[in-house]
Amino acid sequence: MEKILEVNDLHVSFDTFAGEVKAVRGVNFHLNKGETLAIVGESGSGKSVTSKAVMGLIPNPPGRIKQGEIKFGDRDLAQLPEKEMQKIRGSEISMIFQDPMTSLNPTMTIGKQIMEGLIKHQNMSNSEAKERAIELLKLVGIPNAEGRVTEYPHQFSGGMRQRVVIAIALACNPRVLIADEPTTALDVTIQAQILELLNDLQEKMGTSIIFITHDLGVVANIADRVAVMYAGKIVETGTVDEIFYNPQHPYTWGLLGSMPSLDSTDEELIAIPGSPPDLLDPPKGDAFAPRNPYAMQIDTEMEPPLFKVSDTHYAATWLLHEKAPKVEPPAAIKKRMQGMAPDEPIIGAKDGGKHV
Amino acid sequence: MGRYIGGRVVSMIITFLIIASLTFFLMKLLPGTPFNNQEKLTDTQIVQLNEKYGLNDPVAVQYFNYMKNLFVGDLGVSFQQDGREVSTIIGERIGASAYLGFQSIVLGTIIGLFLGIIAALRHNSFLDYGTMVIAVLGISIPNFVIAGLMQYWLGVKWGLLPVAYWDGFAYTIMPTIAIASIVVATIARFMRTEMLEVLGQDYITTAKAKGLSSTAVVIRHTIRNASIPIITIMGPLVVALMTGTLVIEQIFVIPGLGEKFVNSIMTNDFPIIMGTTLFYSLLFIVVILLVDVMYGIIDPRIRLAGGKD
Ligand SMILES: Nc1ncnc2c1ncn2[C@@H]1O[C@H](COP(=O)(O)OP(=O)(O)OP(=O)(O)O)[C@@H](O)[C@H]1O
Ligand code: SF4
Ligand SMILES: [Mg+2]
Repeated sequence: MEKILEVNDLHVSFDTFAGEVKAVRGVNFHLNKGETLAIVGESGSGKSVTSKAVMGLIPNPPGRIKQGEIKFGDRDLAQLPEKEMQKIRGSEISMIFQDPMTSLNPTMTIGKQIMEGLIKHQNMSNSEAKERAIELLKLVGIPNAEGRVTEYPHQFSGGMRQRVVIAIALACNPRVLIADEPTTALDVTIQAQILELLNDLQEKMGTSIIFITHDLGVVANIADRVAVMYAGKIVETGTVDEIFYNPQHPYTWGLLGSMPSLDSTDEELIAIPGSPPDLLDPPKGDAFAPRNPYAMQIDTEMEPPLFKVSDTHYAATWLLHEKAPKVEPPAAIKKRMQGMAPDEPIIGAKDGGKHV
Repeated sequence: MGRYIGGRVVSMIITFLIIASLTFFLMKLLPGTPFNNQEKLTDTQIVQLNEKYGLNDPVAVQYFNYMKNLFVGDLGVSFQQDGREVSTIIGERIGASAYLGFQSIVLGTIIGLFLGIIAALRHNSFLDYGTMVIAVLGISIPNFVIAGLMQYWLGVKWGLLPVAYWDGFAYTIMPTIAIASIVVATIARFMRTEMLEVLGQDYITTAKAKGLSSTAVVIRHTIRNASIPIITIMGPLVVALMTGTLVIEQIFVIPGLGEKFVNSIMTNDFPIIMGTTLFYSLLFIVVILLVDVMYGIIDPRIRLAGGKD
């Protein structure tokens, strides 16, 4: 498979009054052509910072890419000057954001907001851009597109606004689309519609998507592969099936355990105990060790490397070391894992067209 | 929008009537009388004058006459200037004041916006701090102090500009600076805050994510949105300007309305005081209305809330 984007050993820090916040500490992942990669993790794990680094949108100061490369074609986006980056942003790599209520300019018509990118990147004339804007609005499922191009964001509902945001992002047919929690602010039925729209558009346009979320339920609906992020690192990556049915990292177990499933009512959710580490002063050893009931001596001393589980499945936990004791995931999670057999309704929208 | 404006005009008229009544009764409470014998009048002359201007009538009758005249646009005659129409006097005086006020607000707004924008774009830099020091000084130093300093240094010591009076453009420079200083300071501070606020908004990130140049982001998305709320402080600012002009006109001996107003208070020239007060009030009420309407026109969110038409 062709890799369209490859991030190697990415470090991003913020210089604050309290000191250096190491928000991203050596992230590696790649994105294949036409696939959807989900990045999941708790709040503060560095998902947004990672995606902003790819977009070249880390605010500087206080932020900076300390080291690492972001390979996009033959270019390294981490090194690219701002002027060059502007040519890529919005045309080859686009981004959609979490809150559609705030991510549109309230005093500009949505038509103009869609047209801006087209005029800049595709040298379209005003009228060409307007025509294309209407086309895009139709594409993202906004009824009466001709009439609505001249309306302002406040005249649209949240779900409709997110469709507009998607239209803006897709305006120039980007090769990569980064969606940073695009459905978190929406209610459940609208969420499902937006996910369906993204799936549809991906099929039509062949866009590769990085889908950021902290909701594993959504992941099942949209992703091909998953990267689990914790405290600025990717701790486990694999295909959706591998992550859901054969998770290796105790943090992934925790995430799965805290994920509600629809068919069960009596099951209790198991929250991960404790809270993520302070990234001002990340702990020695594995950052997850203090919250990990299976932590061993070595976990407080040395960071685990990525152990290979399969060609597509890697996890950074000492539990995979040959000398580690054999540990089974907690019973409740095992039950859940078994409960989520492939024909269960929660999975399948991606290929089977079933929805939550 | 039309209905909204109609409603506003009605409440404007009511406000105005209340102000007119209040001014009238407050005037009656002022110590002293118009004919307090600065002019060495005989007792009979004073009695005659009081009779002539109806000052012996019961207050209720005076009030009734006053309001009646007001309805036909008659503000009465000056006590001191031997029966000249108040409206004529205001007419003569308004030119200089309006010129000065307009020049100050235009100049002050332009400089203020410019400083505010620069400060925000260079947030936490030397430029930012420098601008804010200027702004704080501009707000905290009373403009008559600035006026006095300029008169002394620019006028007397260095002889660059005329010290006072009203006789051509050179004479407008120092009073304009004195009045504009507060406009510059207020607007610079306000604009900086608004700019920083807008720069932190998600839609600015969206604009950057489209690949727009930073100039386009700043001009199309930031400055435009940051300047909309500026309109809301224009009302209070105009009031500050009007009161500021009172003192400044006095200091620079400018034959404006403010100078007349201050002098008529000294001489208890009731009709002039009331006429000018009402004139200022009317101006203020109209400015507030204009500000609201303008806000509605510029900001699409309010435009809609005010009714579609
Ligand atoms: N501008 C900034 N200045 C200082 N620290 C920052 C800044 N932006 C992000 N961080 C830090 O980087 C870390 C990761 O933040 P990030 O926004 O990537 O989290 P996230 O995984 O996207 O979480 P969420 O699910 O809440 O969006 C956080 O600890 C945060 O405090
Ligand atoms: S490396 Fe150690 S602390 Fe980290 S997840 Fe694995 S077992 Fe837990
Ligand atoms: Mg985030």
